[in-house]
Amino acid sequence: MTETMDMTTSPAVGDRIVHERFPAINRHRLALYCGASGDHNPIHVDIDFAKASGFPDVFTHGMLVMGYLGQALSDAVPPNRIRSFSTRFAAITQLGAEITCEGQVTELIEAGGERRARLALTARDQTGEIKLAGEAIVALS
Amino acid sequence: MVDQSAVGRRFTPVTAHVEAGRLRYFLDTLGETNPVYRDTAAAKAEGFAAPPIPPTYLFCLEMLDNEKPFEFLEALEIDLGRVLHGEQSFTYHAPVMVGDSLTFSPQVTSVTDKKGGAMTLIGVETTVTNQHGVHVADTTRTIVVRNG
Repeated sequence: MTETMDMTTSPAVGDRIVHERFPAINRHRLALYCGASGDHNPIHVDIDFAKASGFPDVFTHGMLVMGYLGQALSDAVPPNRIRSFSTRFAAITQLGAEITCEGQVTELIEAGGERRARLALTARDQTGEIKLAGEAIVALS
Repeated sequence: MVDQSAVGRRFTPVTAHVEAGRLRYFLDTLGETNPVYRDTAAAKAEGFAAPPIPPTYLFCLEMLDNEKPFEFLEALEIDLGRVLHGEQSFTYHAPVMVGDSLTFSPQVTSVTDKKGGAMTLIGVETTVTNQHGVHVADTTRTIVVRNG
């Protein structure tokens, strides 16, 4: 942990401080997430409903992938230093996706009486397609 | 189709409880093993009185303890099968920890047609306060409705 602490208390623009890979998303994971998250929209777990809605199959909750991105973020930066976290859901994440989350420092700023860094965040699948693109503001001390 | 008359609409505030067991189910689902979210001693070592919630869990709490989690879609006559999540943001003002009770107050803040009406983007902003009246967070989400 000490190494990441150093990286996140005095980073430079361009430093990649977030990098984590997650296992392939299967139907079981979607069922668990449905229950655990309270998002019971059947489109993520009921193939009949998904097809009736015009999709070939169920697909991943965007918030599950954002959960992975948040996990990668808080593995790099302690949760009490995360000031904001946002994403755009750029593309639907299909079954079988193996998500890699990355975050790079894009700016060092002063705000709220503290030094902060802006991080550009991405979640990509195994083909490299961006599924989520976002950013976080984190305090540096 | 949703129109500008939806802007400004508020929906029933939701009070949600941060429960350790339910939080563990979420952590296990994501494969999250960081002890700060599970263990009080680890949380205290990072400055929290009790385990904090992970960065996206506010979104879950609002649905978990909502008697009508899709109230806003029903009120605006939006079919659940036509909805996608466009954007999500969280701004954190104060820690949220196991044992807290949070009140979520959502409001529609924008309605924007895209692609000649093929899609409608609906912006919803939610303020979150805790049991002490502390404003702990703001969340915003953009819902994409496929009108086609």
